[in-house]
This record gives sequence, C-alpha cells and structure tokens, in this order.
Amino acid sequence: MARMKFVCDAERCIECNGCVTACKNENEVPWGVNRRRVVTLNDGIPGEKSISVACMHCSDAPCMAVCPVNCFYRTDEGVVLHDKDVCIGCGYCSYACPFGAPQFPSQGTFGVRGKMDKCTFCAGGPEANGSQAEFEKYGRNRLAEGKLPACAEQCSTKALLAGDGDVVADIFRNRVVQRGKGAEVWGWGTAYGSQQAGQPPTGGKS
Amino acid sequence: MRCLLLLSIALAGLSACTEKPQTLGGAKSDAAAYQGVDNPFAAPGWKKGDKSSWEQGLKARAQNTQNEYSKTSTSK
Repeated sequence: MARMKFVCDAERCIECNGCVTACKNENEVPWGVNRRRVVTLNDGIPGEKSISVACMHCSDAPCMAVCPVNCFYRTDEGVVLHDKDVCIGCGYCSYACPFGAPQFPSQGTFGVRGKMDKCTFCAGGPEANGSQAEFEKYGRNRLAEGKLPACAEQCSTKALLAGDGDVVADIFRNRVVQRGKGAEVWGWGTAYGSQQAGQPPTGGKS
Repeated sequence: MRCLLLLSIALAGLSACTEKPQTLGGAKSDAAAYQGVDNPFAAPGWKKGDKSSWEQGLKARAQNTQNEYSKTSTSK
C-alpha cells in the first residue's frame, strides 16, 4: 500500500465546515482544540478559494525532527502519530509545522498548556486498537475499523479526499481532466514532495 | 588490611557519583491498523489481521465513497 494522504480540492470546497464538525464529533475533541479547520483565501472577493487544513502526515515530518522527547512515530501506512504519555507539551512541533496542525488544550490550572493534540488520520494512537484508553487520548481509530477519516468520508462535495495516496491522486487527476482546470493542490508539495512550496525547482536552469 | 578497608569505603562512597541513564524511551509501540478492533463498529468486507484484505477494503471504500465519476457511465 502507498502512503495515506489528504488532498483538498479548492474548486469544490464550499467552506461548510462539515469536516471540522465531523472531526470534533468523531474524536470528541476538547473545547478550544480544532484538529481541522477551513481556511478561505481572498474571503469576500469573487473567486475566493477555501481549503480544509489539518495535519497532512508529511513524508518528512518537521514535527518529528524537532521533538525533544521523540514522542512521534510513523505507521507503516505513513500516518504520523504521537504518544501523549511521552509528550511534554513544549510546543516545538507547533513552530515547526507548516500547517499549524499541533494544538494545545489550555484548560488546566492557571492556563497551563497541556499535551499536544492533532489529527490522527482517524488512526488513534499507541494504545490497544479501538480501546477506551485510545479513544479518550487520541479519538476514534477508524482505520482499524476498515474506514477512512470521518472528515473526508462525510464531505458533501467530496472536496476533501483521504486514503491511499495512489487512489486519491487518481480520483483528483480524473476530476482535473474532466473539468479542465483546478490542478493546484495546495500543501501537497510541502507535505509530500521534496520541493518546498514557493521555492524554485532545483537542478534546472534558472 | 586497614588500607584495604579505607579503599573499599572510598569506592563505596564514589558509587554515589554515578549517573542514572538518561536515554529517551520514545513512543510506545502501536498495533498495526489491519489487526482490527474488538468492537462492533468495524466495516464489513475484510478479514481482521489480513493486511491485503484490509488494504483492498480501504481502496474500495475510497473509490465508493469519494469518486462519483466511477458511479456514472458517462463521465461528465
């Protein structure tokens, strides 16, 4: 199997925030924490575009590189997860992440920052699959139930695609061919490509 | 004999100077997703613990739930 990936089709996203709601409901995400959110560019101007953003489970995840306690790990399917029993809530991952994915609950005494929380691709964490402990710490493990992330499965316009990278890339490619526009996949290069977004291609003549 | 006794006391005293190991444990190991769950919410159509059937199930699910072009004979 290829790696699990997210694609958000900006031509289709209607900023309904259904993905945000589905995520919060499925994983019982605490108040003040949004694992997923919808970002609108040029809001209010004709031609505005919206995309749904969460942890993209990067190929070369910067959060993993900067974590001082090594709490992150990558599953065989390419999903980047973390161990909340090891996380110290330092926030380095938050600074490193290009998507603003790491979230920190701040409902403790004196507003103390809690352990990091982020999108798990609905794959839970390092507790027994489908257990109550896993649900309380990380949310629902839909992958182990043979399902895809709730945000993508309930997307009414199918703007947000999730699953095997080859499959979602094929679905998206077919759409672009059919409609003849909207081939840009924001965040794809940053998350899954070696070339950083906004940087000139390397190796070629300038 | 006395010298030996003093040396052993000194060695015992020095043992307090040793440092505890500070190696990072890292994250706990996690069971693979294809191992399935022990609750009634698992999707039908794949066998628990069988990686290839789990992968095929997810691929089919991705096509069925996210690709509406596959549901129409004429793709426009």
